[in-house]
Amino acid sequence: MSTSERSVVDGSRPPDGMPLLVLQDVYAAYGPVQVLHGISLEVAHGEVVVVLGANGAGKTTTIRSICGMVTARGSVKVAGEDVVGRRTADVARLGVAHVPQGRGTFADLSVDDNMRLGAYTRKDSGVAADIERWYEAFPVLGERRASAAGNLSGGEQQMLALGRALMSKPKLLLLDEPSLGLAPLVVQSLFERLGTIKAEGGTTMLIVEQNANLALAIADRAYVLEAGTIALSGTAAELQEDDAVRRAYLGY
Amino acid sequence: MELFLARLFDGISSGATYAAIAVALVLIYKATTLINFAQGELAMLGTFVTYVIAVEQGLPVVVSLVLAMVATAVLAAVTERALIRPFDPSNHLPLVIITLGLFLLINALAGMIWGYDPRRFPGIFPADDLYTFGIARLRWYTVGTLVTVVVLLLLLSLLLRKTKIGLAFRAVSSNLESAGLVGVRAGPTLQFGWALAAAVGTLAGVLFVSDPVRQLDPNFAQRVLIFASAAAVLGGLDSLWGALAGGLALGLVESIVVGYVEWIPSQFGLATAVFVLIAVLIIRPEGLFGSKRVERV
Ligand SMILES: Nc1ncnc2c1ncn2[C@@H]1O[C@H](COP(=O)(O)OP(=O)(O)O)[C@@H](O)[C@H]1O
Ligand SMILES: [Mg+2]
Repeated sequence: MSTSERSVVDGSRPPDGMPLLVLQDVYAAYGPVQVLHGISLEVAHGEVVVVLGANGAGKTTTIRSICGMVTARGSVKVAGEDVVGRRTADVARLGVAHVPQGRGTFADLSVDDNMRLGAYTRKDSGVAADIERWYEAFPVLGERRASAAGNLSGGEQQMLALGRALMSKPKLLLLDEPSLGLAPLVVQSLFERLGTIKAEGGTTMLIVEQNANLALAIADRAYVLEAGTIALSGTAAELQEDDAVRRAYLGY
Repeated sequence: MELFLARLFDGISSGATYAAIAVALVLIYKATTLINFAQGELAMLGTFVTYVIAVEQGLPVVVSLVLAMVATAVLAAVTERALIRPFDPSNHLPLVIITLGLFLLINALAGMIWGYDPRRFPGIFPADDLYTFGIARLRWYTVGTLVTVVVLLLLLSLLLRKTKIGLAFRAVSSNLESAGLVGVRAGPTLQFGWALAAAVGTLAGVLFVSDPVRQLDPNFAQRVLIFASAAAVLGGLDSLWGALAGGLALGLVESIVVGYVEWIPSQFGLATAVFVLIAVLIIRPEGLFGSKRVERV
């Protein structure tokens, strides 16, 4: 990705310091099954926020409610615009990139095509150069640029999914369990990369993660989700100190 | 030898037309993961429109064909918007019923307007032979049809590989949900697929009835559609070049097997072709060129 255009001060930031993402009293259901019971959370510009929670707590549903991928009630605002009821593609066009659980690569399309699709909403001419920069960071992807994305290993697909999401130069990056199913070394390098993206500034992140240690290490703040409600929230440091969180998610 | 050549040329020309309609089916399959029953009837309609413009209005056949392709593309785009888009794309049953309904509606309308008497269609290629070896005639029609279909496939490949709408179309047919996540709007993209398939279908219909041995009536597309569906499945259902290979294979099987194996009467060409199809699918369920769904997690 191009680093020169990124800056800590995001030009699109509203003057009153309004957060980039605000969920207020969000309810979501799959058919008759209510999954989210009034969730409120917010992510400020430039912040990295982590959502922790057990399997089935509603983390994926929370992310999906931002992207119009589940029927939701309440208010979800991206840069001040209410997105509840909007189509996924229209939310994406507001600058939201989402790496779904399971990565969501276009399995039968080439690596190159996957990257190009990430830049689908861009109008500038820097796309090819940005793709090359990502391949420099992950040479395996460059070597296999012509092969079908479905033929890559899980770790390579996750780097492709992340690269594709960054190609849109998102204001808000949503990551759903990016480390799921990856070897420990790959998880390390993934989080190093996320740390670099954070340090470059300009990309706000909401990360759902089981791997709480690594996630809290790069996060500013965190929420703990239990059975579709927010049970706890605080700065990353506070949660790392919290006994209950340590027992449930950090394993010590 | 001459007989073999004659059979070969026959097989190529009918095979190329099966391929052309198979290509339309592949496009629709990529857009909806459905075989669209109305596709053949749209092609029939487009062929009649070409006929009306050429014969009744007196325009050149090729110009009439282009106008008819545009007209059926617009009709298909409107159909997609009005009848297909309101339904959930993951629920196939309503879509199958709608395309079946369209099939019956278009067929009945054409019957009402034009009647069922066969008509002679002014071909788009010269009616004479390019070359003759005794009884084997290499007709302009055979060469013209094959070349047209190959050029069509080249243009379609370019369109799908090199343009933004082509990229969007491939994204939607690969992974609808992820297409939304990168900002591709499914509705207009699929509409483009419908329009494209309809235009290709019209071209295929016109190619088919351009053979002087054939005639135009509202039911002509049904027999072709069976062959074309078989060709599309044989080629792998999601591969354009597979559709050409499948179409040619079926055309050749039809003309050579039926021509040489004495105990197979000529009316059984269709059945023979379907048997070949079943045999291939038993050995290679994904068809000759279909993509095995590759997905590693
Ligand atoms: N498509 C679905 N249809 C019905 N129920 C679902 C669906 N997806 C998830 N659920 C249910 O919603 C709850 C929350 O799921 P999810 O948001 O995926 O949790 P998490 O990501 O925290 O593991 C679970 O009880 C799950 O069984
Ligand atoms: Mg989940």
